[in-house]
Amino acid sequence: MNDERPDPDQLLARVERDTAKAKRGRLKIFFGAAAGVGKSYAMLLAARERRAENLDVVVGLVETHGRKETQALMNGLEVLPTRQIDYKGTTLHEFDIDAALKRRPAIILVDELAHTNAPSSRHPKRWQDIHELLEAGIDVYTALNVQHLESLNDEIGEIAGIRVWETVPDTLFEDADEIELVDLPPDELLLRLKEGKIYIPQQAEQAIQHFFRKGNLIALRELALRQTANRVDAQMLNYREDHSIREIWQVNERVLVCIGVNPLAERLVRAGKRFATILRAQWIVAYVETPALQRLPAEKRDGVLRILRLAEQLGAETVTLSAPEMSAAIIKFARERNINKIVVGKPSRRGWKRWLLGSVVDELISHAHNVNIYLLGSPQTADEEITIFRKRSLPGLRQRSETAKKINYTGYGWAVFITLLSAVVAYFMVGQLELANLVMVFLLGVVWIAMRFGRGPSILASVLGVSMFDFLFVPPYYSFSVAYVHYLITLVTMLVVGIVISNLMINVRSQAKVAAHRERRAAVLYAMSRELASSQSEEEIVRTAVRHLHSEFSSRNVILFSDNNGRIAYPKQKSIPESLHGADLSVAQWVFDHNEMAGQGTNTLAGSEAIYFPIHNEDKVLGVLALLPVNLRRVFLPEQQKLLETFLRQIGQAVTRIRLAEQAKTTQMQVEAERLRNSLLSAISHDLRTPLATIIGSASTLLEGEGHLQTQDKLDLSRVIVDEAERMSNLINNILDMARLDAGVVELNKQWHPLEEIIGTVLTRLHKQLADRPVKVKLPAGIPMVFVDAVMIEQVLINLLENAVRYTPQGSELDITAEISSNAVECSVADYGSGIPKGREEHLFEKFYQARHEAAQSGVGLGLAICRAIIEAHGGKIYAQNRLEGGAIFTFILPIEQSPPVMELEEDV
Amino acid sequence: MSKTSPVIIVIEDDPPIRRFLRTGLSTQGFTVFESETGKQGIIEVEIRKPDLLILDLGLPDMDGVDVIKSVRTWSAIPIIILSARSSEQHKIDALDAGADDYLTKPFGFGELLARIRVALRHAIQPQEHIQAGVFITANLKVDLHKRVVSLDEQEIHLTPIQYRLLAVLVQHAGRVLTHQQILKEVWGPSYSENAHYLRIYMSQLRQKLEADPTQPKFLLTESGVGYRLKI
Repeated sequence: MNDERPDPDQLLARVERDTAKAKRGRLKIFFGAAAGVGKSYAMLLAARERRAENLDVVVGLVETHGRKETQALMNGLEVLPTRQIDYKGTTLHEFDIDAALKRRPAIILVDELAHTNAPSSRHPKRWQDIHELLEAGIDVYTALNVQHLESLNDEIGEIAGIRVWETVPDTLFEDADEIELVDLPPDELLLRLKEGKIYIPQQAEQAIQHFFRKGNLIALRELALRQTANRVDAQMLNYREDHSIREIWQVNERVLVCIGVNPLAERLVRAGKRFATILRAQWIVAYVETPALQRLPAEKRDGVLRILRLAEQLGAETVTLSAPEMSAAIIKFARERNINKIVVGKPSRRGWKRWLLGSVVDELISHAHNVNIYLLGSPQTADEEITIFRKRSLPGLRQRSETAKKINYTGYGWAVFITLLSAVVAYFMVGQLELANLVMVFLLGVVWIAMRFGRGPSILASVLGVSMFDFLFVPPYYSFSVAYVHYLITLVTMLVVGIVISNLMINVRSQAKVAAHRERRAAVLYAMSRELASSQSEEEIVRTAVRHLHSEFSSRNVILFSDNNGRIAYPKQKSIPESLHGADLSVAQWVFDHNEMAGQGTNTLAGSEAIYFPIHNEDKVLGVLALLPVNLRRVFLPEQQKLLETFLRQIGQAVTRIRLAEQAKTTQMQVEAERLRNSLLSAISHDLRTPLATIIGSASTLLEGEGHLQTQDKLDLSRVIVDEAERMSNLINNILDMARLDAGVVELNKQWHPLEEIIGTVLTRLHKQLADRPVKVKLPAGIPMVFVDAVMIEQVLINLLENAVRYTPQGSELDITAEISSNAVECSVADYGSGIPKGREEHLFEKFYQARHEAAQSGVGLGLAICRAIIEAHGGKIYAQNRLEGGAIFTFILPIEQSPPVMELEEDV
Repeated sequence: MSKTSPVIIVIEDDPPIRRFLRTGLSTQGFTVFESETGKQGIIEVEIRKPDLLILDLGLPDMDGVDVIKSVRTWSAIPIIILSARSSEQHKIDALDAGADDYLTKPFGFGELLARIRVALRHAIQPQEHIQAGVFITANLKVDLHKRVVSLDEQEIHLTPIQYRLLAVLVQHAGRVLTHQQILKEVWGPSYSENAHYLRIYMSQLRQKLEADPTQPKFLLTESGVGYRLKI
């Protein structure tokens, strides 16, 4: 790039990094070459200075090792109580992370970054505790010795001859905000050791002979200084980048570290880390799983898994490639990812084997162009495959599948049988065919066996076939000896061809298996994503996900969501057989809060039975999947883990989709409610003001005009006041009714009523309005009873009749008709007016709707809306139509849910 | 009606309503005393010995129904209650507690006057509308002694329960009776839950006595409360 300005993407990344850092607490590491250089002392001194600056400093845990000077520095500082854990009879004092998080000081001191926590702690390692403190925004002061840095593990092992098992990922060291090197020349350190300032005398003597040899100390000091210098260097580069001081150094460097199932793997990862750090490059650790490697025992595959995990901890991206051939897969991947440096181990095949069978490294070198290949030599002493792969399996990954290899005896049986069959077939052909062709018959058998039963039986078939052939068909007959040399060639070729065919067939078989497996996985994913995409609710998503997870991982699962306060809660819906019960809510909460997985087989709360995964989208954590695996390997194998990640992503997307839809719906409803409220306000203000204006006007006329008004005028004005007040009263009643119906506070008081009585009451009530209108009532014969809230249904009829009166000319007729069938009552009010404007039939029942917007028509347009609300509350429906003969007809249908009560009435004679 | 002007006590907490009642009733020749609260109202009733009580059910200090119960322990004066809309149960409770009639707010003054007159007449001479055991309104005639009901001089056959029901209504003609009250009088106290029986018999009566049962002239339904025989 020639451009002088910094790359915007890089700038953005830096801004994001800085904001992320601002929220996090700051980490200060007091870094030393060995125990006793005075790290704790320096740390406490710094803490006292902060305390003097009135900062809230708390000692989380500082190991004084009984040193008096250090002890003295702790005086006056608040010390958090430790967590006491009984472990195999002794009481261990552990740092109490929960207490620290609860106390929330500005700065906390936690000594010995590399410490391993007692079992049953939240995290297995103290650096993980500190990570959590930082995430919570608390500044941390801690101390670290150089030998605990993960990437230096091998180097220090070689220098000191002691392997350090307590290691800290380099990323933590690199991301620390401040490193303070606490340095002490080796001589002084040794002096202090001898004075018993570091260890008690017996221990000190032992230490001097082992770890604290002067040579060791010099080397360690150098390493510590170098590490610190590297960091300063990196800071310098950062500074330059930030200030657009562009050097020619390459950006976008990518290093690919290829590991295999061999003791070099771990060293390769560490070397790769150092290499990448020096180059300031991204680095990727790849493992190519060939069909041959897939057949390895589970223990070895677990070893690979552990190393990939280690690489992740060191900041690498890890991939598992699945391909028949290692070199081709690596080259393809390198091209795809634009990788220009590949780190591989030294070829393990040597001499003629390498020449004959080739080596991955040679193939890489000859096929990969524009790529630099780096070879890592194996140390002579480190041929300890078993120890490496047994050393530290992942926590919780100790369970072994007991599916011990069952030897397929039927395969061997078939091998013998088929060979015999071949011999019989060949025997009958002896006269007609040449010897070379008879060989084909046997080979055919071998092919079939290899196809069906795999390696063992097919090799047996080859060997058996050769022996049979020799015995039966090669002169001298019925003897294993061979008469002529050229027969010998035939036999050897036959054996070699047989074995090669076996191998080829086996590869084809296992690739077919892999292909079938992939296809099945694709099908599973497709099925789940299709079902998730069509899910309409969170419950449905959960059910789908739980079922599919079960079918893929044989696990029992549950998906937990948080309540409104961000607390994870048990699901309310009914469980299905695949559901997991009794998930640990506290673990789920931790996962939810930290967006990291936890539980069995992970670095956090490994003691819990299930594994907890966060389900998230781009913005936030949505929920937690708790998965109780039958076998951890089913979940943690790289390809399975990828599948699970895809599952989680899909679930996250589905949940996001549902939540967004819900949100949109709520917004839509709010908009609707807002619209209603506005039309209500405008309607009310208009319809209340009009009568009010008349009332006030008339009343004040009466008041002012006392003495001038004629009796008739007074009467007229009073009449107007009464009429308008009644209009207002009706309006207010309607508004109140609607409000009550909307709020759902209305409880139906359903009783058996004669339909006739309801209509009678209504007509009596509307006596005045209907005075000049002939009303025809047509009811079924007898005394039909309906089970309704009479007051409400009367209201419906009143509204319908008032509506008809309002929209039809004076004196025009009205019809009330009712019909009763076995399951419904149909009641209608018909008029002979001008009917309903076309297409408005449905809108009539909406709130604040008026068929004609005329000021003279009073009413807010609530009457019919109230009718609909009441009828719907009764489980019925109401609709309006135009009659063929003119006029409108409003019909409501009420379901009959129970038969009328049986009554013993008198005989009416 | 006696020569001295009848005394009415109004228990109502809303001043404008009190004012219009006082003005309106005074012009109609009633002597009106007012009370804002239930407690004070009860005392007024004790002291003034009024001819009629107008009582608002929604009082600030106590439930109107309790006022009725309290007054009814020692007085039989007619009580007309004023109540807000859509509180049928409250009205029924008040009527069952001994109120004579009710009006729903808002109401016209004419309506109130009519109710007051009926109540006062009934109080002075409970069986005024029944003369020599015979009740007549429009074309309906009920002879309580002979137990004969006739419409346009045509005798109408009624079953025993239909007759008892009509007789109860006749005795309280012009006044609202709750379902409970009617059930108790016609069927006895144990039938109080069977309001649908009452409705059926009422419909039967209407079909026999009303020209158009859907537009009744005599047997009126008080929606959600009970029935009233119109006079």
